[in-house]
Order: sequence, then structure tokens, then C-alpha cells
Amino acid sequence: MSAVTVYVSRDAAALALGAEAVARAITTEAAHRKLAVRIIRNGSRGLHWLEPLVEVQTPAGRVAYGPVKTADVPGLFEAGFLTGQPHALARGNIEEHPYFRTQQRLTFARVGLIDPISVEDYVAHGGYEGLRNALAMSGEAIVQAVTDSGLRGRGGAAFPTGIKWQTVQQQVAPQKYITCNADEGDSGTFADRMLMEGDPLTLIEGMTIAAVAVGATQGYIYLRAEYPHAHATLNEAIVAARKAGYIGDSVLGSGRKFELEVRLGAGAYICGEETSMLESLEGRRGEVRVRPPLPAIKGLFGMPTVVNNVISLASVPVILQQGAAHYREFGQGKSRGTLPIQLAGNIRHGGLIERAFGLTLRELLYDYGGGSASGRPLRAVQIGGPLGAYIPASQFDVQIDYEALSGIGALLGHGGIVAFDDSVDMLQMARYAMEFCALESCGKCTPCRIGSTRGMEVIDRIRANEHRSENLDLLNDLCETMLHGSLCGLGGMTPFPVQSALKHFPEDFVRS
Amino acid sequence: MENQIPADLPPLSAILAVIAPLKERPGPLLEVLHALQQAFGFVPESAVPVVANELNLSRAEVHGVLTFYHHFRHHPAGRHVVQVCRAESCQAMQGEALAQQIAKRLKLDYGSTSPDGQITLESVYCLGLCSLSPAVMIDGQPLGRVTVESFEQALAGAPA
Repeated sequence: MSAVTVYVSRDAAALALGAEAVARAITTEAAHRKLAVRIIRNGSRGLHWLEPLVEVQTPAGRVAYGPVKTADVPGLFEAGFLTGQPHALARGNIEEHPYFRTQQRLTFARVGLIDPISVEDYVAHGGYEGLRNALAMSGEAIVQAVTDSGLRGRGGAAFPTGIKWQTVQQQVAPQKYITCNADEGDSGTFADRMLMEGDPLTLIEGMTIAAVAVGATQGYIYLRAEYPHAHATLNEAIVAARKAGYIGDSVLGSGRKFELEVRLGAGAYICGEETSMLESLEGRRGEVRVRPPLPAIKGLFGMPTVVNNVISLASVPVILQQGAAHYREFGQGKSRGTLPIQLAGNIRHGGLIERAFGLTLRELLYDYGGGSASGRPLRAVQIGGPLGAYIPASQFDVQIDYEALSGIGALLGHGGIVAFDDSVDMLQMARYAMEFCALESCGKCTPCRIGSTRGMEVIDRIRANEHRSENLDLLNDLCETMLHGSLCGLGGMTPFPVQSALKHFPEDFVRS
Repeated sequence: MENQIPADLPPLSAILAVIAPLKERPGPLLEVLHALQQAFGFVPESAVPVVANELNLSRAEVHGVLTFYHHFRHHPAGRHVVQVCRAESCQAMQGEALAQQIAKRLKLDYGSTSPDGQITLESVYCLGLCSLSPAVMIDGQPLGRVTVESFEQALAGAPA
């Protein structure tokens, strides 16, 4: 009998729930029973409450079991899981699970499906078709395709990716760079991590296409130090891609050079801001640069530089593979394509949902998320990380779409949604926003550096009921100063969570 | 000179050996600091002038970068490094109560190392495990849906 293929995820979320021990237990038990098993460490399917999820390749397709504990492993063998037999933990084909079946996976099409570091597996599932198409096109045509797709920066700023690339392409310079911002520091976000751990070759392919389009020869992935597993997987994938000729001196024999390396950040949230990321890549303090000049004109080491988020770059291969029109068919209005949404915080079924823009927050929180983890009513959600606004339950019918969210004074950011139940103290969350800004401020501009600390003090006085109404006015004034006077989004957006908390949850600021 | 350096500080030759393969790379300072921390568990103060000299930077520049980033340690870390996430998603799952309980059990403040050198306790702001809040990392190993009990079990089981 040939070896049965069993998938156990290497995604950090699966590891955090014991996937490593489960994989070991399956190996041990199989040896004990003299059964041939080949374990592939794949990415996560994104149904994190079912992790560690074990999938078995059977003649009738993949059959999933989860969440599996090491103690369940002998029972799974006993039940015949290697041939997909029933068991209390059996989930059938995970792609038929309502949480997965209703998704529209373009960027995450291969995450959880394939062996993340196998170029062969990647190519067998449509990988590198986008690059092959791109190599047959002019740089202008590639940029046009990305522009036509409607892809906007998924890191949070939502700037049209094609326009950025066009600016870099038009520069004449001895060296151009492709940089990937993988400093995913927003609480509630993990899409970058999942992609880098589950299908890193998609990111590598996207960066290579960008390089071909704009004429760059060197790429850097700026990865946060908090992601050791993504670091390891990316490095393995880069080695594999180089060995197979997809990066190096002559990409696929085209004569075009593209080299790529991962650089580690060092625990500074501000380095997710593109100009501080460039400073950090150059080996300096991650202090924000004054713009202009734009990084597309004078970026890394003073050269024209593409700076894109992981998900933006990883969405490029499917655009070049299936065409701009195909990508554009998803979504609505000015929000085209799909968005990998991350459900987190106090939520029963947390995980990753890739869908076209336009579904409502309520569908996400209840149809996918199953409501709060605690069983208490959901009171607020924060979308877009520590700089995102808090949204009250009365606005849960808002659509997930750049314009719809900005219409209610919120922002989409990187698509992370953190849910809070009714035990949340919104004054405390507002204070935390200021505290986080104080902790992470690069110190270059005064509204952010000083304003955040003053903000904490003012909120403390409001809590202590010292001249409460004057201090509430002062807090709003301070927010306006930070909003308009800061150099970058850290100081400039910290007022969003604070002011939204004040606006939607005023009762939390007047308790004595 | 070398015998004047305290026993826990790496000798000059070891510092130079870490810097040498990296110094010609573009924008090498962060890479060098990472490599020093990888080699010694922290970035010793004694390395600052050496790095400055090797990379043709001022000591102020090296000091400025070293102290800008939370990740770099200025003192040796404990045998085990416990990183507790303090960000919003974990707060939404009573992560602050857990963070306080962990500090109490370990009898440590955040940002400090136990006197016996066993444990360093640190705050982190997001481990990217937000669907499994609250989250903790012990020696680089992630833990999700952490309780005081599961934390203690994991710490006890961490390889020495």
C-alpha cells in the first residue's frame, strides 16, 4: 500500500493549538501500526477554531478532522481516518464547510491546499502562470493590467496599486527596488502571516511580476520580528524558488534579474508606515520621512521604490493569470476584487474569510463568526487595527467596502475585525489607543509624541471625574490637533478610536 | 584588556566575527544588531563602539538605532522568554487579567528578568494569533486561547 498523505498545518495559529504534537503523534502511531503515512505541513484553511485540523487525502477527496488533540490520534486510527471513515471529529471535505464554501478565494486560493514550500505543488495549482504571462508582456501592459483590475493597497491606505507602479516605472534610475511591507502589526490582523506561512510563493511571484513591470532587480520583504514561523517559511520558499530558476540572475531564462531577501524588523509598530519602513530597511531609526518626495520617486537608498503590502503583492499573480477583468468582476463601486477579512477578538469562530467587497459586518460577525465567544452580546468592533474606529452594534449593517466604511467615519485598514462583548469599557479602550500611540511614536512630530501622553492624562482625569466636561472638550481639541498636525498616520489616526469611542459610547465616559 | 570584561560579556573577537559577514550588505545596521542578539541573547553595550567603527557610523547613530527598537535587549535574557500579547484582540478576551495573573505567578514585572536568570517577561503588541486570543509566546513557541493553567503547563514543558 502506498503512503497515505496527511495534512497537518504549520501555520502559527495551528501550532499555537498543538499541531506540532499532533503531527508527531500521527507519525508515531502510524509507525506503531506499521502504516505508511506521508505528512505534509500545509498552511491553515483559516477555520481557526477547528485547528489543529488534520486532512487526509482519500480517493474520494480530502477528508478533514478537527480540532484534533494528541489524545484523539489513536482513536482516529482505530476509526480508520486514513481512509476517511466517520469519527466524532470528522468534518468531511473542508471546502464544503459553509464557512469555506461561501468564500471567494482568489489571493488565498492555495493557502491550506498545497505544500507551501514546494514549487512543484505551487505550479501544479496554477502558480507562476501569472509570471509567465507577465514575461510575455511589456512593463506598461503589466502595469495597465494591475490598474485595470482596480486593486488598491491592502495594507490600509487603499492607494491604487497600478498607479504606484506606473510612477516607479516612469523613473529613470540605475537601481529600482520592490519592497514588501510585511510589518503586520495591527491587532486583529493575521492575513499576511497566513499567506507567508501558507503560500509564500504567491508573494514571491507577485514581487517578481512587480519587478518585471517596473524594471527592478532587487526586492526586500520587511518582516516583523514577531513572526518567526513566517520568517522560516519565507526563507525556505525563496531558496526553493531560486533553485527552480524563478528568481535569480535570469528569471525563467528571460535574462531579467531579480533577487529577493527577507529583512527583519525589530518590534516597532511605526515601521508599518512606508517611509519609516524604508528608514528601517536602510538600518536606521524607523522615523517617518516627510513626503514629498514619494517613495516611488525617491525611496529605498534614494532610488525609485515600490512599497506594497503582502496581500496587495500576493493578489497580483491571479490578476496576471486570469486577467484584470476577472479580478474586477468581484466587489462593487471603487472597491474591486476580494478582501481577506480577519475575524478576531471575542468571536466564536475566528479565522480568515476571503470574500468580494460588499458583505455586511453583521454577516461576518454572526453568519461566519457565530457571535461572541463569551456568549454575551457583541457591543463594539474595531476594524483596521489600533488606529481604526470603534463601531457600535447599531452600525453592524455597514458594508465592508472602502467607501461605505469611510461614510460612517470608519476605515477598513488591513481588514482585521476585533469584536468586543458588552463587558468592554470603552473609556479604557480610548485610553489604550493613546497609550499605544505614546509607546510606538517615533518621536519626530510633537502632536504624536506629546499629544498621546497628554491624551492618556486627560482620559485619566475624565475617569476620576476631575472637571469632566472641560476635560472632554480638551480631549476633543487634542484629537483635532493630532489629526491635523501629525506627520503620519500613527498620530494622525489615533484620534479615530478615541473619538469614535466618545461618539458612540458616551455613557462609558461619564461613569463615576 | 580582555580579562577586564565581565564574564557574561562576549569578547571583542566574538563581536567582530558576528559583524564581519554582514558589514558589506546594504543598510546593514539592523542586520548586525539582530545577529549580535542572536549570538549573545542581547546586544551588549560594549558592542556599540565596535559596531560603529566597523560600519563607519557614529556611536550615537548605533545607540540611537539600538534604543529605538523594542526588540533589542540591553541585558542578557532569561533562559526562557515569555511574551504576553497586550493588544486589543487579546484585551477583548480578558487578556489583561491573564497578563496580570502571569506576572503575579512569575513574581515579575513586564520588561524584567528573574534574579535567577530563568525567566524574562515581556509585553508584545500582537503576535498575529488574534483569532485565538489571548495569545502568548514562550521561547518562540506560540500558544493560543491561553489560561493560567495552560500557560503554566507550557512553561513547565518548555525545553531547558
